[in-house]
Amino acid sequence: MSNNSLEIKAIKGRSLWDDARRRFSQNKPAIISLIVLLVIILFSLIGPQFAVWSKEEIDWNAMGSAAILGMPSIDTGHYFGTDDLGRDIYSRVIQGTQISLMVGVIGASFAIIIGTLYGAISGYLGGRTDQIMMRIVDILMSIPFMFVLILLLVVFGRSIIMLFIGIGLFSWLDMSRIVRGQTLNIKNKEFIEAAQAIGVSSYKIIIRHIIPNLLGVVAIYATLLVPSIILVETFVSFLGLGVQEPNTSWGVLISEGAGTMMYDTEWQLLFPLAFFVVTMFCFYFIGDGLRDAFDPKDR
Amino acid sequence: MKYFNKTIVAGFVSAILTSTTVLAAGTHPTSGETLADDQTFTYSILDEHSSVDPQIVEDVSGADIVRDLFEGLMNQDADGNLIPGAASGFSTNDDKTVYTFTLRKDAKWSDGQRVTAGDFVYSWRRLADPKTGSPYSWFAEIMSIEGVGDVMSGDADPSTLGVTAIDNHTLEVRLTASLPYFAAMTTHGSTFPSPEWAIDEHGNEWTKPGNIVSNGAYVLTEHIPNERSVRERNSLYWNNSATILDKVVALVINDENTDLTRYLAGELDKGAVPSGQYLRLKKEYPNQATSFPRLCNYYMTFNVSPSGPEAFKDQRVRQALSYAVDRSVITDKILQAGQIQAFTFTPGATAGFDVPEVEFGKMTQDERNHKAKHLLDDAGYGADNPLKFDYLYNTSEGHKKIAIAVQQMWKQTLGVEVTLANMEWKTFLKTRGSQDFELARGAWCGDYNEASTFLDLLTSKSGYNDGKYNNTEVDDLMAEAKTLSDTSANYTRIEEILANDMPVIPIYHYAGVFMMKENLKGWPYGNVEQNWYSRNLYKVAE
Amino acid sequence: MLNYILKRFAVAIPTLLTLIVVSFLLMHSAPGGPFTSERALPPQVLANIEAKYGLDKPLHIQMTNYVKGVVTEFDFGPSFKYKDRTVNQIIAQGFPITFTYGFWSFIVAIGIGIPLGAIAAIRHNSWIDHIAVGVSICAQVLPNFVMAPLLVIIFTLWLGLLPGGGWNGGSWEYLVMPVIALSTSYMASITRMTRSSLLEVLNSDYIRTSRAKGLPEITILLRHALKPAMLPVISYLGPTFVGLITGSVIIDIYFSTGGLGYFFVNSAFNRDYSVMMGITILLGCLTILFSLIVDIIYAWIDPKIRY
Repeated sequence: MSNNSLEIKAIKGRSLWDDARRRFSQNKPAIISLIVLLVIILFSLIGPQFAVWSKEEIDWNAMGSAAILGMPSIDTGHYFGTDDLGRDIYSRVIQGTQISLMVGVIGASFAIIIGTLYGAISGYLGGRTDQIMMRIVDILMSIPFMFVLILLLVVFGRSIIMLFIGIGLFSWLDMSRIVRGQTLNIKNKEFIEAAQAIGVSSYKIIIRHIIPNLLGVVAIYATLLVPSIILVETFVSFLGLGVQEPNTSWGVLISEGAGTMMYDTEWQLLFPLAFFVVTMFCFYFIGDGLRDAFDPKDR
Repeated sequence: MKYFNKTIVAGFVSAILTSTTVLAAGTHPTSGETLADDQTFTYSILDEHSSVDPQIVEDVSGADIVRDLFEGLMNQDADGNLIPGAASGFSTNDDKTVYTFTLRKDAKWSDGQRVTAGDFVYSWRRLADPKTGSPYSWFAEIMSIEGVGDVMSGDADPSTLGVTAIDNHTLEVRLTASLPYFAAMTTHGSTFPSPEWAIDEHGNEWTKPGNIVSNGAYVLTEHIPNERSVRERNSLYWNNSATILDKVVALVINDENTDLTRYLAGELDKGAVPSGQYLRLKKEYPNQATSFPRLCNYYMTFNVSPSGPEAFKDQRVRQALSYAVDRSVITDKILQAGQIQAFTFTPGATAGFDVPEVEFGKMTQDERNHKAKHLLDDAGYGADNPLKFDYLYNTSEGHKKIAIAVQQMWKQTLGVEVTLANMEWKTFLKTRGSQDFELARGAWCGDYNEASTFLDLLTSKSGYNDGKYNNTEVDDLMAEAKTLSDTSANYTRIEEILANDMPVIPIYHYAGVFMMKENLKGWPYGNVEQNWYSRNLYKVAE
Repeated sequence: MLNYILKRFAVAIPTLLTLIVVSFLLMHSAPGGPFTSERALPPQVLANIEAKYGLDKPLHIQMTNYVKGVVTEFDFGPSFKYKDRTVNQIIAQGFPITFTYGFWSFIVAIGIGIPLGAIAAIRHNSWIDHIAVGVSICAQVLPNFVMAPLLVIIFTLWLGLLPGGGWNGGSWEYLVMPVIALSTSYMASITRMTRSSLLEVLNSDYIRTSRAKGLPEITILLRHALKPAMLPVISYLGPTFVGLITGSVIIDIYFSTGGLGYFFVNSAFNRDYSVMMGITILLGCLTILFSLIVDIIYAWIDPKIRY
C-alpha cells in the first residue's frame, strides 16, 4: 500500500488558558504593568541591601531641618530624603511597599478563598440553601463596612492582624456574589451533567470542575481586589488606625507627606505616592488585561 | 481699664456705633489708631466644641466662646491680672473664708433682664448639682464652697450650697478653707451666671441661637456644628460702648495645614501654625507668627503602682530615663516653636512660681547622659540585661514624633528597648486610668494661675494621679500650702522632691503658637492662661 | 412588580434589626464611654449623667428602649457629645450636605467617566484606549487626602478663586472643590466598567446585525449599545453611593462642610452612641433602598428581567 495518506499529526489542542495567555501577551500595557510590578516587588526585597539607614533610625542632624538638610542625596545616604524626624524615606518606602503589598495580597487571598468557596457552594447547591446563603450575604452587605472596620480597630486595638480580620470580614462578599453568578452559568453545562451522571460527589464536582472554570473570573477580580484593599488600608491609615510604629505603610507615608506638601519637602510625598500610584496602575492594567484575555467574545 | 474722659468718649463712640449699621472708621479711644471699617474677627478652631453652656462646656474652644457670650464676677486684663467683671468689686474677711461680691447695677442680659446675684447663686448651684452632670463640677469642689461635697454626692439639696444673694447686687460666698486666690477662680467659665428662665423654657436647646440669653459682650447668632459659630455684638452689655469688634466668626478647620493655607489666602485673621513650621513662618512673616509661654506641661508618667513594672520601682531607673532625654532636641528640633525645656512639673510661667533650680536641670546633656548610664548600671540593667518597657501615648502626629525621638535617645544612650503603643483618646484614657500601662504620656493645663493646679495632680488623693505616686511629704506640703500666703518655700521643696523621686519625666512646657494678622490688635500675649476676650480686640485700618 | 417590592421591604426589616443589634453591641464593647475624659468626673456626677442618658440600664433594655424610640417616634435620641443637638437635628443638617455634593460628584463622574469609557471601548486596544483608562485611573488612585489640600492650595491660595472651605448653604463656589475631589474617586471605576461592558455589548450578535444592516456606528452606539452597557454601572452606583457617606469624611475634614461623614467617623472616636446608631441605621436603610432602586432600573432597562 502506497503511503500516500497524509500523515495526520495530532494537532496539539489549544486550551482556553493558552488562548488567554496569548491574548494577554498581546496587551502591551498589561505586559508592561506586569514587568513593572515585578520590578517593584523585587525592589522591596533587594532594596534594603543598598540602604544606609534603617527604617527607624533618626538622623539627628536632619531632624527639624528636613527642608534644608533632609533633601534626597547620595552623599548622606538618604536616597529619597528624610522625613521631619530625620528618618530615611528610602528605607521607609521599602517597608511601606512590603507592608502595603502584603496587606493587599493577603487580604485579597482571604477574600478569594472564602468568597469562591462560598459562592460556588451556594450557586451549585441552589434552592433553599442558595437563597439563605445569599440572603446572609445581602444582610452583611448592608452593614456599613468602613464603620465596622473603624469600630473593630478602636475596640480591639490596632494591629496588622486586626486590619486583616476587618478587611477580610467584608471583602469576600462581592466575590461570592460574582462566583455564584458564574457557577449558575457553568452548572448547566453538559460536562457537569456528565459528571453528575457518572456519580461524582457534589464536593468533587465543585472542587474539580466548577472552581477551575471560575478561575478566569476570580483572577480578574483578584487583581482588582488588591488595589481596593490597599486603598482601604490607606484610608484607615489616614484616620490614624493603620499599622503601628515603627512599621509603616504607603497610607501612613503619604498621609505624613501630604501634610508637609507646602513646606519645601516634596520628596516626602512624591516618593511614596509614586510607588503607590504606579503599583495601583499595574494592578488595574493587569486586571483589565486578564479580563480581555479571558473574554471569549473578544475577537 | 481706665479711659481718658471715659464718659464723654464712651457716649460719643456709642452714639456712632448705635446709629449706623455699617461701622464708619473711627479711632481707638486710648491708642488713637484708625480703626478698620469692617470689625469682624475670623479665626479657626481645630474641632467642634461640645457646648456653650457655661456649666457644661469642657473644651478650650468652647470656653473661648463662653467667655465672649457670658461674663463672670471677675475678668482678666491683658497680662492676666484680676479686674472687675460683672462684679464691680469684692471684699473678704480676715481669714479669707467669706467673700462678698458687689455686682454692677447696670449689667443686663441680652433680653433686657438685669443681671442679679441670684443668677450666680443659680448657676453655682447648677454647677455642683449632680443632676446637671457638669464635667467641671469638681471645680466647685476646688473652690471649697461650703457644703459642696454633700451637694455633689447628692446627699444634700443644692440650696444648701454656701452661696447666698444678700440682695440683688450682693453675693456672699462662704468657704470651708482659707483661699487667698478665690477671686481669681471666678474668671473661670464654669462660674459664669446662667439665665434660669431661658433654661427652664428651652431645656437642652437653650444654647441655640435665638434661644440663648447671655450677659457678655456678644450674643450667639449662628451655629452650624463642624462648620462655623458666629457671635455678634450684644448692645445691652453694660460696657458695650467699649466693644469695638462687631462680629466674631469661628470656623472649624480640622486640618492644621489647610488652616495655614486658608490663613495665607486671607480667609482668617488668626490661624494655626502647623507643627515644626514656626521657625520658617517666623522668618517669612515675622510680624504674624507668634509664640509665647502657656500654662501647660507635657510629661511622661511612670506606673509606680503595685501593678507597674518592677524596674520602675527603682528610683535610679526613673532618674536614669529622665536624665537621658535630650529635651533640647524636642523643643529645638521637633517642636521648634519656643517651647521651654522642663525640669520641673510646674511651668515657670505660672504666677507666683519661681522655677527652682533642680540638680539635673543644671547639668549639660552629656553630664546627664553620663550620670544616667551609671544609674542604670547600678540598678542592674545593661547590655546583658537590657531594660524593656512599653510607652503609651494617644494617637497624634505630634506625640508620635516625640515618642519616636525619645525612644531612639534611650536606645542610643542607654541601650533601653522601648515598644511604642498608641491608642485613640478614649481608649487611652481608660487604659491609663486603670493603671494598665508602664510608661504613659501626660499633659496638664492649669485651670487657674497658681502652682497648686499642677502640683495637686501628684498628691496621692488626686483622681488624675494615674501613676499612683505616693509621697506623704508631698501631700503634707501641699495641704499646708493651701493655708499659707507665701507658698514658694513649699512649692520649691515639692519640686525638689519630685526631681529626686522622679515619678514623672517632665519634658517641656507649652508655648502658645499661632499666626495673627498684623492689623488685629489687643491680643493678651501676657496672659498665660490665654483667657482672651473679643471685646478687647480691634482691627486697625491697613 | 409590586409583589417583588413588598417582598424586598419585608426582608429589609430583619436586615435592619440585625444591623441595629450588631452595631449596638459592637459600639458598647469599645473601651471608654461618651463621658470618659481627662478631667475624670466624680463618680456621683458620672452616675447621674449616665442615668440621664439611660446608660445605667442593662444593655438589652437600652437596646429595646432605643428601638422603641426609633420605630414609634423616629426619635434617635440626643447626641452625647454635642449637648444641644439631637441626632435627628445632626442628620437633618449633615445628610443634605453630603447628599448634595455626593450627588453632583456622581453626575460629574458619570459625565466624564462614561464618555471616556465609551471612547476607550470604541478605540479598543489603541493608545487612545490606554490613555483614557490611564487618566481615569490616575484620578481615582490619587488619594483624597492628597488631592483635597492640593485643591485648596491651588484654588484658594494661589488663584484666589474659590473659598477654602465651609458650606454656606451650598452655594456653588463651596461645591466645586468637594465635587472635584470626590468625583475622581469614582471616575476610574465608571470608566473601566463602561469600557468593559460596552466591549461585551459591541461584540454581541445583535450589534453585528445592526452593522450588517448598515446603521451608522454612532446610532448603533447611542441607541442600541449604551443602554444595556449601563447595567453594571448602575448596579455599581447604588451601593457606592452609600459608601460615599463614610468616604466623604475626608471631604468634610478638608473642606469643613459640616457633612455627615465626619460626624459618623468622629462619633466612633467620641463614643457618641446615639449619633453612631442613628447614622448607621440611616446607612442601612439607604443601602436597602438603593439596591431596590437599582434592581428596578435593571428591570426597566432589560426586558428579560421580570420580577
